[in-house]
Formats: sequence, C-alpha cells, structure tokens
Amino acid sequence: MVKRYRNNKENEMQRSLSLDPEKCTGCLQCEMACSNEYEGRFNPAHSRIKVFAFHDEGRFVPYTCTQCADAWCRNACPVDAIAIDANTGAKVIVENRCVGCKVCTIACPFGTVNYDHTRGKVMKCDLCGGDPACARACPTGAITWVDADWTGYDRMRQWAEKTDNAAHV
Amino acid sequence: MGWQKKILRVNLTEGTCTPEPLNMEWANQYLGQRGLATKYLVEEVDPKVDPLSPENKLIFATGPLTGTPASTSARYSVITKGPLTGAVACSNSGGYFGAELKFAGWDMIIFEGRSDKPVYLYINDDDARLLPADELWGKSTWETEKALHRMHQDPQLRVSCIGRAGENQVLYACVVNDLHRAAGRSGVGAVMGSKNLKAIAVRGSQGTQVADPQRFLQVVAEKKRILAENAVTGQGLPTYGTQVLMNIINELGALPTRNAREVQFEGADKVSGEAMHEPRGSEGKPNLVRNQACFGCTIACGRIARIDKEHFTVINKPEYWGASGGLEYENAWSMGPDCGVDDLDAMTYANFICNEQGIDPISFGSTLAAAMELYEAGAITDEHTGGVPLKFGSAEALAKMVEAVANGEGFGKDLGLGSKRLCEKYGKPELSMTVKGQEFPAYDPRGIQGMGLTYATSNRGACHLRSYTVSSEVLGIPEKTDPLVTEGKPALVKAFQDVTAAVDSSGLCLFSTFAWSLEDIQPQIDAACEGEWSLDRLMEMGERIWNLERQFNLAAGIDGSEDRLPKRLVTEPASSGPAKGMVNRLDEMLPEYYQLRGWTPDGVPTPETLQRLGL
Repeated sequence: MVKRYRNNKENEMQRSLSLDPEKCTGCLQCEMACSNEYEGRFNPAHSRIKVFAFHDEGRFVPYTCTQCADAWCRNACPVDAIAIDANTGAKVIVENRCVGCKVCTIACPFGTVNYDHTRGKVMKCDLCGGDPACARACPTGAITWVDADWTGYDRMRQWAEKTDNAAHV
Repeated sequence: MGWQKKILRVNLTEGTCTPEPLNMEWANQYLGQRGLATKYLVEEVDPKVDPLSPENKLIFATGPLTGTPASTSARYSVITKGPLTGAVACSNSGGYFGAELKFAGWDMIIFEGRSDKPVYLYINDDDARLLPADELWGKSTWETEKALHRMHQDPQLRVSCIGRAGENQVLYACVVNDLHRAAGRSGVGAVMGSKNLKAIAVRGSQGTQVADPQRFLQVVAEKKRILAENAVTGQGLPTYGTQVLMNIINELGALPTRNAREVQFEGADKVSGEAMHEPRGSEGKPNLVRNQACFGCTIACGRIARIDKEHFTVINKPEYWGASGGLEYENAWSMGPDCGVDDLDAMTYANFICNEQGIDPISFGSTLAAAMELYEAGAITDEHTGGVPLKFGSAEALAKMVEAVANGEGFGKDLGLGSKRLCEKYGKPELSMTVKGQEFPAYDPRGIQGMGLTYATSNRGACHLRSYTVSSEVLGIPEKTDPLVTEGKPALVKAFQDVTAAVDSSGLCLFSTFAWSLEDIQPQIDAACEGEWSLDRLMEMGERIWNLERQFNLAAGIDGSEDRLPKRLVTEPASSGPAKGMVNRLDEMLPEYYQLRGWTPDGVPTPETLQRLGL
C-alpha cells in the first residue's frame, strides 16, 4: 500500500477544493448551496464562494478561500478568532470571538475573507466541515473536492497529453 | 413559501413606490409569473386601452421557483398589453435579473402611469426608489448597465432595461437584462419606453426559502440528474444551443426561407449550430466562444460568440470585438434563412445590435424579409431605403437595416413598425408573415402542421413558445407524431398550451421540458410552495390561464376571426422537401380545437367552460 501523508483523522486524506474556470457555466448553483449551508436560505449575496463573470472574454471563474497552510488572515487576527479545523485544515471563523475589525479582510492577499454587515462578523469558506456543499452542487465539475496532494495534477496531465513524447524521448 | 409574498407597486405618474402583500388567493389559483401577473393585469387594466398610454400597466413577475436551486430557475416575465398585437403580451427571460429581484424580497413589480421625465427604479432589498435617468436616456442596454454599476459603485447590480429601440417605441422593442437575455416579444420594451422608464437596477441579499427544504433539495437533485442524462438537455443544447435545430428543420423542409416563399435554405449548414463550432478561415477561431447558463440552470444552452475582427460589420468598431450573446436558433433563422443571408458573422453582428439596443430579432428579421420581398416586387425602392438595395441574401442590407432600426433613422422607422404595418403601408398586406400582428418564428407550418394551429391560436400572436409541438412532431418528445398530418394535433396543441402555461408560471424554463414532463416539475413546485400542488391542479391551472388570456383578448376586440395564418401558408404549397406540395391545413384543426377547449364555433369560451375553471 502506498504510504502518504494523512491528516490526524485516521484513514482520511486531506482534501482541497479544485476550481476549473474552463468548466464553469455561471449557473451559481454553488452560491445557492453555500449560502444555504450557512444560513438556511438560498442567498448568493452571502455565499462564501463567488463566481465572477468576465463578459467580454466569455469566462466564468469560481473563486473562494484556498486555505493557506500558513494563513495570512489567521496571523493578522488580533483576537484569535480564526481557528484551524483539525480534520480538514480549513481556517474557520470563531463567531463568538470575531469582533468585526476586518483586519483579516485586508491581510488576505486573495480577498476571500469578507465582511457581513448584517451580523458584524467576517465570513469565509470553512470547507463545510469536510463535505463542501458547492462541490456537491456544481453540475459541470468546475468545482471538485480532490486529494489535496493532487492539486495541479489534472492540469499537468492535460499538458502531458498534448506533448508529443515520441520525438524527444 | 417559494413566494416572497410581497409585491412592489410603482406609480410613475406620482413617483411613488409602495409595497403591498401578494394576493395569496390569486397565487393559489395562478401560482406566479405568467399566470399570476396576467390575473393582476386582467383585474387592473381595461383591455381596450392604448398599449402605449399611461393607462396600460407593465408587470415584472417572478415565479415561486425563481431564485431557488431547482434547475432552470432563472425565469421572470414581463406582462402588459402589447403594442405590436393589441393582445395580452407576456415575454419570458432568463439571465440573473429575475432571481436577484426575488433575493431582494419581491415577487413582482407593477408599474402604472407614466413619468414625465426619464427615470429608473433602484431596488436594494426593501429600499425601492425612482431616480432620474436623464444621463441614461439615449444609451444602449450595454452602456446603461455599465453606467448603473458605476453610479451605484456596485458591480453586482443586476439590470433590466431598454435600449434606444424601446425609447423610440419600436413596436417590437424588447426588455434586455444581463446584457443579452431578453423578454423579447410583442413589444414589451416599447411599453416601458412609453412610460419613460429606462431601467430597473436591483440588488438583493434576503435570499429565498422553500416550504419543505429537505424534500425540495432531494427532489431537485433527482430531477437534475434527468436533465444531465437526457440527450437533448445533457448534450445537444449545451453543445449547440437551440441552433442544434437549424440543419434538422431544414432537412424536414420546414425552414421558412426568403419570407417563407420557400421551406428549405441552401445555406443552412453555413449558419447552423455546427457551423458556429467551425474555425473561421480568416483567423482560425470559431464563432462560438462557449456556452453559458442562466441562473440556476444545469443545461446551459446560451451561446457566447465573437465576431471576426476583420469582418466588414466590425472593422474599426472594437466595441464589438469582445464576446457576447450569440445566435440562438430563432434569431439565426430570422436574420439568416428568412432573409436569404448565409453570413454567420453578419448575423451575429445583427444579433449583438438587437441585444445592445433592445430589438426583438425574430420580428426584426421577419420584417426585413418582408421588406426584401416588397423591394423585389418594386413596392419599396432605393428611394425609400436611402440607397440600400434590400436584396435577399444581402448581409450588408442586414447590418445597415438593424442599425437603422436601432437609431430610428430613415427606413429604420418603417421597419420598426413590424411586418404587418409595413406591408399594409406599401400596399401588399399578404406579404406579412404574421398572426395577430406578430411575426411567426422559425418553423414552417406547411412542414409541421401542428405549428400552424400553434401560431393561429397563440394568445400573444404568432409564437412557438406557447405550444412547442415541434417537440412531439420533430423530436418525438414525449412521443413522436407525424408532422405532416393534422389528425390528433388539436389535442396535442391544447395539451402543450396548458402545460406550458403552468411551467411559465413556476419560474422554470420551458427548455427543461425537453427532458422533464409536468410529472417531473410538479413535485418541485409542491415541495417549494405551501399547499398541495397536484398534477391535476397544475393542468387545470394551465387551462385557466389560457382561458383568462383569451378573455382579455376577446375584450380587447381580438376574436376568433384572427385565429388565422398568413394566406401564403394555406394557399401556396411547399416547393421542396418532405412537405412538397402541401399547405397548412388549419381549417381541419381549428374547429376541433375550439371544441376541445369548450369554446363556441366562433372561438368564445362557453359559460360552462368558464364556470368549470372558476373564471
């Protein structure tokens, strides 16, 4: 059996969300699923994952927190309101500690921590505790829940497929 | 739930925005969107009003499934009395606007009166205000959306608006949302223009909820699998869009060509869905960039296309070099085969202009086709057209004339009247391919008999979306019928009309019915809405809506004598293809249809029928 890094939960590999703009059609099922997971409503305005449309290029790009290993948001938080979910590696907002100072939203280089003025707290993706609703809702495979150590390999495989090895190997 | 149970009444004369509770008694009889808004229209508007007067009302309506995770849940409709037809108008659109309106907490907006200055409606959840639109008036739909994003510092605002065609009250102006989705037909954009209402900009953060979330999510997931596994909704539509039909309908000899003089077009393969995938010789890239979904849609049939930068229509016009809404089947037909044009990029350009300025491309293309026949007959000359030869097959004429309609200049003014008024003006009314004043779309009823009855009896004038019997007669959904026979078609048309009225009232897209029957849709409605929504109740509701629309039209003075097809379709036989030698045999179908509907031989619902439906 191949031995590989495992998370502290026995027999469970660490997974990541994999986002593929090529496959995204802009249907926003992910945004509805995400908001429903958090607040029991279908409400894209409060989704932790967002799909951006680049109209003139005909491109739709889903985007959310990449769960940095050494997270800028967590390092910046002055009240230790961002914890690590031991099972998933997700950086999770501890709601009762968050004071809504928004320093994390500035610290995040990708803009994936956002402020919700209706609650006075920040919000971000927490990987739904290990079963992301967005990935389940995506009809095209643009959002998938993959082995974290396999991120990038699909794209590598696509390039490998295009390479004419016979001439060079 | 499903509904937000709140509507916004906007009095443009007084400048007021007033929330009111949704009439749930009516919602229980008419569900939402098409049915429910028609009920409001019938109750509040005298059917005899001038459609472009302040006395007409304009309703933007969502359905209970709009803005939910049910697949194809993007839809909203614009309901009013239509200026092209004088009949009830109900135009359905996708994109993102309808869902956003729902997320802001509103089921419906009713506009009444007329503003004395250009205004737009701004909605941010409960906050709804009329604001001056002086700097938006004269702008295209594309410029308007951009300007509203800038003015409100909110790139996420969803916008539904009119372009210059709506401002100029072109009789087939449409309402455009999200840059290239449109409530397209019957001139609903002209009504918006007549009210000095330029746009609605909406941002919502309240979300939607359903009555039984657990059952709802389970059933919508199950039904999405059906769409994914079906050949039409899972493969055909995402790959080719509705343009998958171009070659099929042409081979069937049911592609109206050169103003429906012929039924097959020699250039069909050059303007087909397949052709949109072919790399262009000039630059090596295809016309099609990708497919796009409307909100919540797991089919994603929308076309995003790009015009070759070197094409004559866009040389030195970089604003048209980017990707935008591409050709769907009906638009491709009207501006292609019906005008004899086989230049895909010229048609794409005309489509861009229609989106940009809010023009219904079906009516525009068909009107231009009539003008081309008038030109050929010498009734229209270069003097009328400002020196543009309106020859069948001329891509240059197509590009010039769509610009002329958009700008309301020269011969564009005549074309903006629609085919019926144009052909009357130039002395050849028989050349107008219209029913009740509305241009018929891309299926020739000589080759698909049921579509003749569909066009003749459609409550909003000729239309394919009121009973799309092409599903059965061509594609075999739910079961195959022979397109060349009339037997059984009255019952088929009635059944499709009633089911469609129910689907159009739910918030879902009619295209879902390529894979879903009403049996698949019913449990989704039932789980989302309070009360029991059985199949029987939905079917009866569909029939009720159909009769309600009919009553509005009868009261407006449009009676059974207008359930007629253009003479050409019933007297001039198809010249080629499987239907060669045939005309449409409407007379064989119409009396039986009236009978099945429970109407008199003159096409008037009997008192018993009305009573049975609770009308």
